[in-house]
Amino acid sequence: MEVIATRPESLREVSFTYCPGCMHGVAHRLIAEAIDEHGLINKMAGVAPVGCSVFAYKFFNFDMAEAAHGRAPAVATGIKRARPDMHVFTYQGDGDLAAIGTAEIVHAANRGEHLSVFFVNNAIYGMTGGQMAPTTLPDMKTTTSPYGRKVDDVGYPIRVCELLDTLVAPYYIERVSLLSGPDIIKAKKAVSKAIQYNKEGRGFTFIEFVSTCPTNWGMKPLESMEWARENMLPYFKPGVFRDKGAQA
Amino acid sequence: MKTEMICAGFGGQGVLTIGRFIAQAGMREGKHVSWLPSYGPEMRGGTANVSAVVSDQPIASPIVSTPDILVALNQPSIDKFGPQIRPGGVLVYDTGMCPKGCNRTDIQIISAPLTELAQEIGSNRVVNMIAIGMVIGRTNVIKYESMEEDLTSFLKDRDPDLLEKNLIAIKKGMELGKP
Amino acid sequence: MSKVLMKGNEAVAKAAINAGCRLYFAYPITPQSELIEYMAKMMPTVGGTFLQAESEVSAINMVYGAAGAGKRVMTTSSSPGISLKAEGMSYIAGAELPCVIINVQRGGPGLGDIQPSQGDYFQATKGGGHGDYHLIVLAPSSVQEFADMASEAFDLADKYRNPVMILADGMLGQMMEPVEFKPAVTEKEMEEMGHQHESWCIHPNQDGDLKHHHEINSLEIDPVVLEKHVNHLYEKYDKIAANETRHELYNINDDNEMVVVAFGTASRIVRSAVDELNAEGKNIGLFRPITVWPYPYEALAKCIGPKVKQVYVFELNTGQMVEDVKIAVNGKVPVHFWGRVGGMVFTPEQIKEKLQACY
Repeated sequence: MEVIATRPESLREVSFTYCPGCMHGVAHRLIAEAIDEHGLINKMAGVAPVGCSVFAYKFFNFDMAEAAHGRAPAVATGIKRARPDMHVFTYQGDGDLAAIGTAEIVHAANRGEHLSVFFVNNAIYGMTGGQMAPTTLPDMKTTTSPYGRKVDDVGYPIRVCELLDTLVAPYYIERVSLLSGPDIIKAKKAVSKAIQYNKEGRGFTFIEFVSTCPTNWGMKPLESMEWARENMLPYFKPGVFRDKGAQA
Repeated sequence: MKTEMICAGFGGQGVLTIGRFIAQAGMREGKHVSWLPSYGPEMRGGTANVSAVVSDQPIASPIVSTPDILVALNQPSIDKFGPQIRPGGVLVYDTGMCPKGCNRTDIQIISAPLTELAQEIGSNRVVNMIAIGMVIGRTNVIKYESMEEDLTSFLKDRDPDLLEKNLIAIKKGMELGKP
Repeated sequence: MSKVLMKGNEAVAKAAINAGCRLYFAYPITPQSELIEYMAKMMPTVGGTFLQAESEVSAINMVYGAAGAGKRVMTTSSSPGISLKAEGMSYIAGAELPCVIINVQRGGPGLGDIQPSQGDYFQATKGGGHGDYHLIVLAPSSVQEFADMASEAFDLADKYRNPVMILADGMLGQMMEPVEFKPAVTEKEMEEMGHQHESWCIHPNQDGDLKHHHEINSLEIDPVVLEKHVNHLYEKYDKIAANETRHELYNINDDNEMVVVAFGTASRIVRSAVDELNAEGKNIGLFRPITVWPYPYEALAKCIGPKVKQVYVFELNTGQMVEDVKIAVNGKVPVHFWGRVGGMVFTPEQIKEKLQACY
């Protein structure tokens, strides 16, 4: 029998703690595969956030730090400055990165900090039970926007890639989707490019994954993907915002 | 032997520097010294003062409330700190900046038009040095030689002209300070 | 080495670099600006990292990252900024990371003012952040001691894998006194220091074999495990209390009729008053805690001799240390308190008056 797929070396033999149908496992796998492919497992360090992926520090098979809510880019900065010979990434959700950690992500990006940031946007707080996120869509119902997100009251969803694209320093910014097989293959290419740039010491790289939360959206997994394709992708348009490597 | 001193004036007049040179010279003489500035949000033009202590013994409080010496470069400084000078203590002030002076009779008062004298020497920047000279001339808190060594190591290569003017200013002050 | 006249803020910065600190993250705030400015100027000259963070919150989390990577790292601030760092200090203590934090205290609460204060005693010694944890807290009273504490703080932090705070104040930060510096750590010592935490910290695999998965973490979702972890921390704190408690005695003897307790710069002012009164024939002893956590309870208890009628505590706050003194005195004699707040500093004359009134 031929083995055609196996656990990436960069993932530990630990079961994920995610809900059925959650895409975090896919995102983890893409990152782990890319780290394997670039041969970085022995020089990698990751920083996990607070949110559904809070246990990410248990899943990756190299040294990991668990950061306070929103502070992953600052923690990663500390690690990278202390260990310049290592390659560092953060893995963060929308509440963590785009609400409580807005200052940290903007300034890490603005410094051109040599990090890869993987940002999972599913428009909701998962771990705490489906509250409104900074990326929750207009009129979308959550447990803290039970009548729908009223943009006159709480503003519009933040488009983080576009926001960071106003800064001079970032090296690579791309938004990808995890909402179909072909999209995931495209996402893999983006993740691999970010890890490659990280390996080459190019600077700040940022990948946003448009994802789902079947549990808190109250949908079946496939239904949630369809909903996200119809509702999220028009607002959070996939694409390359910045690629200084391609320009060069 | 312990000498406690306050130097006060407008921010930017260099009163902190007077205290600093005296502390530096005291340290050079192997004494215990402390230098404690007042500090505030205003960078220039506000009121500034510094407490400096020079002592044979380790210094307990760096805060000076009854100074042996007050150097005042403006009238508000005399008004504020003049009454606190220890009886028999010394007040050095600039007559040009302190029109009312001080009416105490139980202290030694030495005054001169410091700004004018500094201009005669050729630099407005040496007002401090004349004041330090007046202190050296009247008290034995520090020695002239210590000042000369400090200034020389600091200015010899950087600005020999200013060094010379500084030394002239200190000597001028010492004459004025002679009892 | 000869003495140099230096501000406390600059002296402690230089001493930290001498102690092998090569990573410094901070945010500007008065009255500790000279410290961050000194680091900005000097860190690049020793191949170190100086980074002005976007906030105090970020700065302490950068410290978390660098400490997690096993390197000597420091952040400094003044009272309002320390409040912002409280979150990170709790995480650092929980994750058992060694680092040094300096608080050049100013008047509070809130934005308060920028004058010297000791108003953060409770914050430093009893908590500050959330959860059951302790910082080791050193309280210097002179520029020399402030500088000496830099290397001591790093040594303690490394020894116990615990954050150490130097609790200074605006007066000590701003004042100049002669300082003699310990020699800087050598290249060899730096090299050894760089490897000392490799059993747990974030670091690369040297030979390319997968060897370790270290987790820098304060999360324990299982209460059984978290309880065990907190108990482990408190066993460590007991050890620290047993081995690292420091204090200074001044004119403490069997014939003391009064004992005065003060810490930090306030103790200097109090000492002037005590000197004057003892010269007048009184017998007053001065007890100065040098570690304010762990507090030198036993040492203070021993100072309450047979003739001591009362204990007087002086602080630049509303009496935050009094309860620690009362624990030590244990009801044997009355404990009085007087202090100034809001950045006002008492004078030796005022202390003398207070002591005379009840001697």
